[in-house]
Amino acid sequence: MSATTTVVRVKQKQIAQLIAKGKRLDGRGLTDYREIKVEQGIIERAEGSARVLLGKTEVMVGVKIETGEPFPDTPNEGVLTVNAELVPLASPTFEPGPPDENSIELARVVDRGIRESKAIDLEKLCITPGKKVFVVFVDIYVLNHDGNLIDASALAAMAALLNTKMFNYEVENGEVKIKPGYTQLPVRRHPVAVTFAKINDKLVVDPWLEEEQIMDARLTITTDDDGNICAVQKGGSGYFTPKQVFEAVQIAKEKAAEIRRKLGW
Amino acid sequence: MSQKVEKLIDKKGLRLDGRKPDELRPIKIEVGVLSNADGSAYIEQGKNKILAAVYGPKELHPKHLALPDRMVLRCRYHMAPFSVQERKSPAPSRREVELSKVIREALEPAVFVEYYPRTAVDVFIEVLQADGSTRCTSITAASLALADAGIPMRDLVAACSAGKVEDMIVLDLMDLEDKVGTADVPVAYMPNLGVITLLQMDGILTSEEFEKAVNLAIDGCKKIYAMQREALKAKYTSVKEVEE
Amino acid sequence: MPTFFERRQLVVPGDLLAEGDYIAGENTFKLDNKIYASRIGLVDYEDKKVNVVALRAFYIPRVGDTVIGTVVEVGFNGWVVDINAPYQALLRASEVLNRPFKPQKDDLTQVLDVGDLVVAKIASYDRTHNPQLSVDEPGLGKITRGQIVKITPTKVPRVIGKKGSMISMIKQETGCHIILGQNGVILVTGKNPEDEELAIMAIHKIEEEAHTTGLTDRILQMIRREKEKKGGG
Repeated sequence: MSATTTVVRVKQKQIAQLIAKGKRLDGRGLTDYREIKVEQGIIERAEGSARVLLGKTEVMVGVKIETGEPFPDTPNEGVLTVNAELVPLASPTFEPGPPDENSIELARVVDRGIRESKAIDLEKLCITPGKKVFVVFVDIYVLNHDGNLIDASALAAMAALLNTKMFNYEVENGEVKIKPGYTQLPVRRHPVAVTFAKINDKLVVDPWLEEEQIMDARLTITTDDDGNICAVQKGGSGYFTPKQVFEAVQIAKEKAAEIRRKLGW
Repeated sequence: MSQKVEKLIDKKGLRLDGRKPDELRPIKIEVGVLSNADGSAYIEQGKNKILAAVYGPKELHPKHLALPDRMVLRCRYHMAPFSVQERKSPAPSRREVELSKVIREALEPAVFVEYYPRTAVDVFIEVLQADGSTRCTSITAASLALADAGIPMRDLVAACSAGKVEDMIVLDLMDLEDKVGTADVPVAYMPNLGVITLLQMDGILTSEEFEKAVNLAIDGCKKIYAMQREALKAKYTSVKEVEE
Repeated sequence: MPTFFERRQLVVPGDLLAEGDYIAGENTFKLDNKIYASRIGLVDYEDKKVNVVALRAFYIPRVGDTVIGTVVEVGFNGWVVDINAPYQALLRASEVLNRPFKPQKDDLTQVLDVGDLVVAKIASYDRTHNPQLSVDEPGLGKITRGQIVKITPTKVPRVIGKKGSMISMIKQETGCHIILGQNGVILVTGKNPEDEELAIMAIHKIEEEAHTTGLTDRILQMIRREKEKKGGG
């Protein structure tokens, strides 16, 4: 298989011409998602896990829960930390090594969606204020890159959190003692990220790999169950007009609601 | 060492630093401040003190990183350890890595990268003192540094933030407003082409509030753009002082 | 068909210079029938053509230009020369030796070594390869004496002056031999260092006051004053 990321010019033109007519190479409409498949609880060692297939893009998320100290300015809140790895087996373009700017951006955008929507009530993760809290590690593992890693990762992260169980505990003499049984992690919102690619001045939802390789820029809009916006991220070296941005916001609200309905969130 | 802040906006509708909701912080700009860099600019915006320098275009080594048909734009956003309340480690944080990326993507649309294949242009941003919306101030400075370096550009890029603080949409957030407020929307804008090159948001806003914030930020960008032009004129007018 | 600035006004990247049936000249670009500036400079409307004389620009090689550069690397079949441009220039051994080059027999560092200055011409250059230099004209080759001055490349025409008036005047008054590299590097060779200093001072002053009038006269006066101060001419 080729290790290059260049889409041959003839195909570039083909993709762009179809989009100008409102169609895409795989037959989708401009605002259609690829098929979404979600599986939960696949990694028993993790406190929560999920695997999402978005078309051929595959992302796995594992949630691990540990105890730790809270941040000094939020002594009553648990800690949420999101990390992403673009592992080399997922794409000929991923190299082994520490997280690069793409995996850092991916993790931070997914984090923003979960955090700002207050999907998890962090105060419920407090064990002893100022001393001990639950730390929720959300680790995003991209297994196959066929475009739109952000939306797939955000879905997988949410699905994994919905699948997460915390061990029961009691505090004895300042020590956390584990009791038998589990409690579901309290998740109260379901943020969904919707990403657009701009190709020849048209916006397409859920770009696949080749569309991403020819796009001018990308825009991700994350909304919560009430249609409020909780994260926005423009990426890529192109630009958007304000009109395109506001158009994208409306489409994102609709698509997110559709996805929530489909997944029963 | 955190303060407990009661109100960010007082009864008269003024913010903690006396500003009206749609008012920018005081801005001071100087272009061409470093003798070694090919281009440079220094900006103070409220308590933000930010220095931007540009080196290039120059050949890119190792050669395999170069692009055959265009220039590579590289950007490093970095905060000095003494720039914030609690000393920040000099090692690049995840936030600095993300900001370096989005700042580069905010500047790239303005640069004629096709003109100089196989070369690189490095943009270095050092935040000497930080008080909120540093990525916006950085972009404003970096854009001037690029122009000062003689890099051909389509437009200058001006950047400004807006946000929601206690139910009001306000312009140009300072650090406290960003931390305690409910949303932060940084925007970078190319005023002649009327397009947005950086757009992020974190917080919670209805789509109407978001639209209001983006439009307010764009207004801020236009005002800052006028100041950028004045700063460039101030630097180069002395060149043509003695007129024909 | 409107223009939006006056001649010689300062413009910055993105400034709308003209709209309508105009041609985009130097340091401008055309978008949708509008001409914009792409660099900081002074706008000039020349008939149908809109130009910006850039105040800040680096040197881009042009075939035929005379340039002065520094050898930065000795390769196995030539030298890499820094000509103060985004691209380094190449001077092939065969160019200099004027005969086929034998790697085993010829030691290139004996001819030109790292740190040497050369005056050369740009023999070829395009988007796909670095500039190639040639030294096959009289006056080109290794520099053995004199002093180097670096100025912004856009100011070189001012140092030359109208029909060479400025540069001739300086040569005459200081008795120096001056080679102007289009890349902003200038070689001044005089009978003694004081004469060279005088020429260098004049060149720096021209760079600072490039956009003023009566410059040639003022430089002439300045040189004469300095010569008197030093007692003699």
